[in-house]
Order: sequence, then structure tokens, then C-alpha cells
Amino acid sequence: MSDLPAAAERLDGDPPLHELLERDADDLYDHAPCGYLSALPDGTLVKVNTTFLRWTGLRREDLVGRRRFQELLSPGGQIYHETHYAPMLRMQGSVREIAVDIVRADGSRMPALVNSTLKQDADGNPLLVRTTVFDATERREYERELLRARQRAEESEARARVLAQTLQQSLIPPAPPAVPGIDVGAVYRPALSGEEVGGDFYDVFELPAGDWAVVIGDVCGKGAQAAAVTALARHTVRAAAIRESRPEAVLSLLNQALLRQDAPRFCTVAYARLARRPGGDVEVHFASGGHPLPILVTGTMRPRSAGRPGDLLGVMPEATAEASTLVLEPGDALVFFTDGITEARRGEEFYGDERLAAALATRREAAAQPMAQGLVDEVLAFSGGLPRDDIAVVAVRAAPAA
Amino acid sequence: MGAFGRNNVTVSGREDGRPMLFVHGFGCDQQMWRYVTPEFSDTHRVVLMDHVGHGGSDHAAYDPARYATLDGYAADLVEILEELDLRDVVIVGHSVSAMIGALAAIRAPQRVGALVMVSPSPRYLDDDGYVGGFQREAIEELLDSLDANYLGWSSAMAPVIMGNAERPELGQELTSSFCRTNPDIARDFARVTFLSDNRADLARVPVPTLVLQCAEDVLAPDAVGQYVADQVADATLVRLRATGHCPNLSAPEETVAAIKAFLPRVGAGV
Repeated sequence: MSDLPAAAERLDGDPPLHELLERDADDLYDHAPCGYLSALPDGTLVKVNTTFLRWTGLRREDLVGRRRFQELLSPGGQIYHETHYAPMLRMQGSVREIAVDIVRADGSRMPALVNSTLKQDADGNPLLVRTTVFDATERREYERELLRARQRAEESEARARVLAQTLQQSLIPPAPPAVPGIDVGAVYRPALSGEEVGGDFYDVFELPAGDWAVVIGDVCGKGAQAAAVTALARHTVRAAAIRESRPEAVLSLLNQALLRQDAPRFCTVAYARLARRPGGDVEVHFASGGHPLPILVTGTMRPRSAGRPGDLLGVMPEATAEASTLVLEPGDALVFFTDGITEARRGEEFYGDERLAAALATRREAAAQPMAQGLVDEVLAFSGGLPRDDIAVVAVRAAPAA
Repeated sequence: MGAFGRNNVTVSGREDGRPMLFVHGFGCDQQMWRYVTPEFSDTHRVVLMDHVGHGGSDHAAYDPARYATLDGYAADLVEILEELDLRDVVIVGHSVSAMIGALAAIRAPQRVGALVMVSPSPRYLDDDGYVGGFQREAIEELLDSLDANYLGWSSAMAPVIMGNAERPELGQELTSSFCRTNPDIARDFARVTFLSDNRADLARVPVPTLVLQCAEDVLAPDAVGQYVADQVADATLVRLRATGHCPNLSAPEETVAAIKAFLPRVGAGV
């Protein structure tokens, strides 16, 4: 206050001081930069400021004592008022930033944001509702645009999800086929949300001579390009498996097909040809193109990896892979998997080969599907239920003697 | 989890009293009965609930197909009565839940003894020879209002959340307060509520019914309350002095008095 005399001196000859110090409460109220309304608890208006009248073209004598606040709203706004605004005001004593449309005298709409407070007596009974009204024409237009953008985003997200799922289902068999004399189980679990097409795949199909083929692979990357490579790999292996009986030759054809791609893409694939032998044995010829080696699970031995490592596919003109052959006796299993199993993490710790071997040892008596499912469940539990990478497991087991 | 958890059912009041199930309408949750239920807790067993998607209900239980009509909501009421094994229940439903309560009484007459319809309407849209009060455009506007206030709701909730952090002992009460609604479900519920037509069901209401009609209720005009009372076989219409659509909030004493005057006339059950 000590500055005031100086201010008065400085302002000598300018507008009267009281105007600059806002001492005229009526003027402050009437010409505030917002609409100002007071109403009885039932909404009947008792006081309205000039700003509100100027914005709406409504007349004070038509409002005060004659109309209720909610009657000034659009019909949709009236419903909103009765179902949300009034209950919230009564229960929490205030509401703020509620979007409504106020109907002007000429019938046009004024988008507004309104705040209300409830004045209560000592017993908490409502006495008056005080409401400020802000013209929100441009803000509302902007918010509508935001809403439209959000709706569009949600729609495209939904479309992308459907597309990814459809594509994924076309690349992964819903369930492995029934193979005579061989028990096959398979589990596929995409990483996290499943909104993108994953890079892991597997396939189980019959060969012309009555043998069966098992393929498991991991394409580098995710999304549409990975899906294209997955589709290429899957179809190439199917075609190559008809021409070539040697697993390493099938992988070599796939390598060449991948190199013919414009976009460089590499992948790891393990391929196995299964042949049934008299007495229930299953002979497995298999090779790995940079893929983790499968685990052999027998009745007595500790589960161990089988076969020889080979080169990653889609990188070098000649990818070297060496085939191995082993015989599954009835009850023995060979479990193919992707690195989503061994590289599943809990903090800094990997699931790893040791846990994998132990998990399979406890399931050595299990049928192929529960064996694969049990392993994946254990890995998911290890990593807290949220796999960061895709997981695929295919277990093949020589059907136990009856 | 069953209907009990799904609908955030709370049971209080007198254990051997006649059960009363209070059902909130569109836009709110069971908190809106807070001024009414204390008046019945000495004499009645008071059961409160939230519709799925509202208040403390299990929002994950929302199934668009089940709740595409008011029947889905009525089925929830019946499941609650069955789970608690209640009989001779007085259902007190506000707004759209007056009609939901009526549908529940039709579904389970063996469990419902009386019905109180607070500000009911069987159809909000005008029709040939019927004045519901609204044109279709108003409902589209309402849906826009819901969208426009999507952000407004979260800001209105802010003080509640802050208060909650400072006073954890009130956590449950505060966080479940003030009409928390899942915005997507609220849109669906608005459509179902304001576009449904349950006029034909009124004649099938099998229990004594009290219709509470407010003055100057834009949502459920007087003629609609009269229509409801005319259609329900055993109906009593009471016009309240209260104005607006929520007498349970704006005039709880008058609302309670009207219900208390009605209950003795519909027996204390068997």
C-alpha cells in the first residue's frame, strides 16, 4: 500500500484511481471476463452478470427468477446436467471444467466450460449455486479434433491388431497335425501384447514318402517385413523338402532363397525329417541353420542337446550345416525351441540351458503337448508372465509302447 | 468372483430386517444413496450395488453383448438376490434403474416383494402418442457431452485422489466416491438407457409399486410418471415437491418419507 501515493501522483491526469484499483465490485462482477451466474439449489437463476448476457443475447429480466440454469443448456446438455452435473455438485460441493453448450437467444450454441460451487448453510444444506461460464468455442473445436484423431488412432490400431493376428494365424498352425506313431506337441507365445507379428514360427507337415517334417525358426525382427520373411521361409522349406530329402540341402535352398530377397533378412531354422521304423522307433534326420540345437529327452539320461551347430541363414552365399541322425525309442522325445526360452529373463538373469534341461527332466514322462506347454508356462513364470521375445516350442516323441 | 464382487455389493443395516436393494441410475454409483440409506438401516437390511463399469464394480466384467439391453443389468440384480439368497426384497431403483428394477421383479417375482421407482421412464424418446421428452438428436448430443467431458471427469476427480493420498484411512470411501465411470461403458449405457423402449414391460410388473415423481424433471416429465403409474397394475403415484431428477440427493427427507409411508402397505413379507 505504501506505493499508492506515488502511483496516484504518477497517474495524475489519467483515469480516476478507484477504477484502476478495482474498488467497484459491481463493475468487477458485471464485466468480469467470464459469465457469472447464481442460482437457487433447484437451478432458478437469481443473479446474472452482464458478460453472460452479452455473450448469449439473453435478457436479465427473462432469466432472473424465471428460468433455471439447466434450461439454458442444449437438450443433451440437460441430460448430462441431471445425470452427472447436479449429482456431483450435491455430493462433492463443487464441479469444474464441465463442457456444456449454452443456447443463445438466437438459438445458436455457445460451447462453454463451467465451474460451479455449492454454498451451504451451517448444517450442510444447499443455499446457492455459483457458476462461472467460460466461452470455449475454439478450445472445443480443438478438443473435437483431438477426439476425432483419437478415434481414428483407435480404429487403425484395431485394424493393425486384426491384421497381425490374421497373419500370425496363417503362419503358425493353430495346432500341430496328428501324426501316426509320433506324438507332436507345439506351443507358440508371441511377445508382450501381440499387436505385432512375431518372428518365431514352426511348421509340421507330411512328406511324400510318408515321412514327416518339423521346422522351427526365428526370423530377425518383427512386424510386416519379418512376416514376409517368415512366409517365404515357411513356403520355401515346404517346397524344398519335397525336392530334397537331406536336411542340410533343404536349409541350403532356404539360404539361397533368403539371399535373393531385396531387403537383407536372416533367420535361424532347424529342420528335421521324421521316419517311423518298425517297433515304434522314430528315426530323426535333422540339421540346424544357426538355430539352438534341440534337446533329447530319454527315460534315463539327463536331457542334453543333440546335433551339430550350423551357420545362420540369409547372410553368406554358402551356409554350412551338418545333418545328424538319431533314433527315438518309444517314450523318447526331441524338443525344438527358439531362443525365447533360454534367453527369457528375470532381471539380469537368463533362464538358460540348465533350467531348460531340468524342466524337461521333470517332464520326461509327459506327452508331447503337456511337455511343451509345461516348459513354456515355467518360462513365463520365470520372466514374470511377460515374455520380451516370442517363444516357440515343438516336442516330438516316439509314441510309447502300449 | 460372482455377482457380489462384480457389482461391488455392500450389505449393511439390520440383519433380520426386510432387505432393500438400492440401484443407482445412469451417470452415478451407489454413493448417490448416501443421504437415503441411513434412514433405513435400523429397520431394514440395506443392500447397495454398482452397475458394471460404474463405481467400484469390476470393469473387466463388462460384456457389450450382455449389457446391450436393460435385461442384462436386470439379470445382474437377480443374481445378486440369488447369491445373497434374499426374498421379499424391496427394490429401490433410480432413473433408468427404476426400469431395471421392474425387469428384475418380472424375472424373479419369488424374490421381489415390492418396487420403488424413483423418477422412472420406460422410454425417453418421443413416439406416436407418447411424450418421452426427447428427440433422437438430444441423445447424440448427450454422447458428445460424454466425450467432451472425458477429460473434465478426470480433473473433477483430482481433488478426490489428492485427498485420498493425504487421508489413507478414507481411501476406500473416497476413491469409490462421486460417480466414477468408465467412459466407454458410460457411452454404451447412455445408448441403452436413452434408446430403449420398455413400455410393454410395465404391465407385467407383478409386485406393488411406488412411483416417485419430481416436479420439473426434464428427464422424466410428469406425464411419463403418470404413464408408468397407469400401466403398472398395482401402482401408487406420489408427486414430490422436489424438483429435478435426483430427489434422493436434492430432497432425501421427502424421498425417505414417501418410501416409509409406502412400505407398511406392502406388508413385511412372509
